[in-house]
Amino acid sequence: MSTTLAPPREPPEAPADLSSRRLTERVFRVRETGIIAVLALFVLVTALIQPRFVSSSNIQFILVDTSVYALVALGETMVIISRNVDLSVQSVLALSAYLSAGLFGHVHGIPIPVVFLVGFGIGLAFGAANGLMVSLGRVPSLVVTLATLYIIQGIDILVVGGNEVVASSLPSGFTAIPNVTVLGIPWLAIAVAAVIGAGAYYLRTFRSGRELYAIGSNPEGAQLAGIPVARRVFTAFTLCGGIAGVGGVLWAAQYQTINTSAGGNNFSLIVIASVVVGGVAIFGGSGSPVGAAIGALLLGTINVALDVLGISSFWDQAIAGFLLLLAITLDRLISVRLAAALRKRSAHDGT
Amino acid sequence: MDPGRGASHRVGGPPDQGSTPPPDAPPPHAGRPDAGSPDAASAGAGSPGHTRPDAGPPGPAPPQEPAAGRAPDGDQDRGGEAPTAGQPLLSLRGAAKSFGAVHAIVDASIDLYGGEVHGLVGENGAGKSTLVKILAGVHQPDSGQLLVNGTPAVLHGPAAAQDAGIAVIYQEPTLFPDLTAAENIFMGRQPLRRGRRIDARRMRAQARALFERLGVRLDPGRICRGLSIADQQIIEIAKALSLEARIIVMDEPTAALSAAEVARLFDVAATLRESGAAVLFISHRLEEVFEICQRVTVMRDGRQVLSSKLAGLTADDLVRAMVGRQLDDRVTDGHHTPGDVVLRVERLTREGVFTDISFDVRAGEIVAFAGLVGSGRSEIARAIFGIDHYDAGSVTVRGRPLRGSSPTSAMAAGVGFVPEDRRQQGLVMDMSVQQNMALASLGRLRRAGLISSKSERNFAADWALRLRIKFGRLTDPVSQLSGGNQQKVVLAKWLGRQPSLLIVDEPTRGIDIATKAEVHRLLSRLAGDGVAILMISSELPEVLRVGDRILVMREGRLVAEYPHAHASEEKIMSAATGQLQEQAR
Repeated sequence: MSTTLAPPREPPEAPADLSSRRLTERVFRVRETGIIAVLALFVLVTALIQPRFVSSSNIQFILVDTSVYALVALGETMVIISRNVDLSVQSVLALSAYLSAGLFGHVHGIPIPVVFLVGFGIGLAFGAANGLMVSLGRVPSLVVTLATLYIIQGIDILVVGGNEVVASSLPSGFTAIPNVTVLGIPWLAIAVAAVIGAGAYYLRTFRSGRELYAIGSNPEGAQLAGIPVARRVFTAFTLCGGIAGVGGVLWAAQYQTINTSAGGNNFSLIVIASVVVGGVAIFGGSGSPVGAAIGALLLGTINVALDVLGISSFWDQAIAGFLLLLAITLDRLISVRLAAALRKRSAHDGT
Repeated sequence: MDPGRGASHRVGGPPDQGSTPPPDAPPPHAGRPDAGSPDAASAGAGSPGHTRPDAGPPGPAPPQEPAAGRAPDGDQDRGGEAPTAGQPLLSLRGAAKSFGAVHAIVDASIDLYGGEVHGLVGENGAGKSTLVKILAGVHQPDSGQLLVNGTPAVLHGPAAAQDAGIAVIYQEPTLFPDLTAAENIFMGRQPLRRGRRIDARRMRAQARALFERLGVRLDPGRICRGLSIADQQIIEIAKALSLEARIIVMDEPTAALSAAEVARLFDVAATLRESGAAVLFISHRLEEVFEICQRVTVMRDGRQVLSSKLAGLTADDLVRAMVGRQLDDRVTDGHHTPGDVVLRVERLTREGVFTDISFDVRAGEIVAFAGLVGSGRSEIARAIFGIDHYDAGSVTVRGRPLRGSSPTSAMAAGVGFVPEDRRQQGLVMDMSVQQNMALASLGRLRRAGLISSKSERNFAADWALRLRIKFGRLTDPVSQLSGGNQQKVVLAKWLGRQPSLLIVDEPTRGIDIATKAEVHRLLSRLAGDGVAILMISSELPEVLRVGDRILVMREGRLVAEYPHAHASEEKIMSAATGQLQEQAR
């Protein structure tokens, strides 16, 4: 392009502009890189104490184990960016895991992609229900999804009862999904990374994606700017549900025995913690699914590292909680400091 | 869906006959007849072309005066003749809008012509902001008719208003703090490249071009969090420019701008006007209205009381039309000679909010803070009470400096604070009447660490009787009480602590007239008992009625002080809107 030949002409900036920009830039870069630094530090320290930690099989295990969390964190990120939250993802995941994996027993020879589609569809339906209540019913998402968390759990118990899907009913092509590797990297992790990358690209480069950020940044302003707020929020919840549904199918492939406790009791909170630790602002407006995925990776790594070091798993949750507090405190501290500094500066400039 | 509903009650003035604006006879109102005189009204909306014989259809009007040669003194008319000829770009007629029992606007009409800057002025609460929100598509009028380019239009939402060519720059910028300046300008309308993807480079280039057109150095890639209000305002203006709107509404755009920024904004407004757009300019600073507007509309109590060409009018005319009511007789009884200084505020400054504020309040004295909304009055009260921090200065209560900057230490020093927002800040709406009253005196009602419900009840019953609070039972939730009685509960809460200084912010907002008078008497009586009272009020009659001394604020500074005997609505309004300094010069 001819324009690239011309030297980049930046408008000369006033000193206040320049320094404040540098300040904000530094702040926002810190949020993205800080988490990677913590992750690297953790891996380094653990590897020094117990070199087995960085063996390829262990790394493979961590990547596979993290994949489902990172994938669901993508949907959760979209919801949180719009200043909402979805607590119901673990119930959606559990129900989808049982229903979709159960298909192998009921319909013989059903193609694996169809099972994924069914899981996706189940998730979409519940996500849409959440989205409708939040966007049209104007009920706070915390309340709506807390309710659906338990309602869907109830449905799950009703449907599953004492039954369970057992590994023997699953085709080998399905149960092999977590084990396939490409150049030593689990295929599953690559696929999830690609999906997360696509999600991040969508959020960054499409109008509807940017509008999610706008809604989370200033809901009232979004309304005034003519953004279809209700529709966007609805879409975010629906997609989040659909992704949790796919997560359920992956969960089934990974654990192969599916009863009412699929997903575990803490799944939603771990996903939300990953998102926040990964630099997504809990009140919306900023952050990316890539950060959220790194957050999930960090929490997964800590989990395995403590195991390898022979430390009680109690510390795992305590450390996750500590990281969460750190992320939120840092977020508040930075924005308060920044606001005060810029207010003073503009007061001096203005007069 | 029924734009003609409001027109039915108006006789004559067919809506489509745009070349002859309806005579706009002033609606019946209680004010003085001279304020909305038909003569003044017809001067603006009179026969077509009486100002410019060669007036053609609204289009790119020839520049009448070079924008660059702006006279330094703002008195000179900037725009020349008011182009009232032709069809108005936008015309709102007989609009009414109520929120529950509150009639925000009753009968609002305005005509905006291409090639004019039209001023809209009025006191706080006159209905200007509601009118803006109707034009922005945020509110739909209950009745009345809106014509855009002569055709009836219904604005279902902000997007519809944008499509109709209306851009609104709000008083409080509505930016997205986490997004970049360029994104804020083009949100929802970002330039696209192949595959409907946002073309970020082109977006930044266009934003940069807009900033260059506005003559500002702003980085389009900068996150908006932390931008000064002025820069935020610039981004809003750039957004309006990018919309290529034909009608630009500016709701008090200059409130937070410095002189240089205001001059730049006026150049932009003049450019827009010359390109044939209509600019609705809302400001409390009358000198600005005279500087850039060609016509003006005055609103009072939700009604249009004056719409006229600006030439020939004086600032006093506008102030009189804005105030336009009989002066209330003052409550002068029970004003005592003030005692010792209770509150001393010295050189108090919170940067960007208020600057260099010094004043005293003595025992038995009511000092009233007048000024426009946003002039910094409530912020000073919040700083004195320790809710907000301040950057410089000192607060002394009864000779002892108030340090620590927390409500607890202010309360310990004997300060009570009745906040502006009764429902959010003054009361706990779900708690009972007696619980609310006892809330600030719990330490005194404690028996062995527990709150005795009996002593709480006795305490509440005592104060309810003294303040004549009407309630069902003391255990009813306070939300069941009327607004006036709720306010008395808040007062009782603080009076129970026997404060030496009571700060009341908008003590009678949204209260009926009878209770209002009762609250005024109560404040007078408290002063008689030796309490120092600092009252903030946007209602001039209240300020004049209750205040022993009246301090007027404007843009974060104290600009005038009047003793009770020498104060008048006109004087206060002049000081609050910046007319005073101009006269003094």
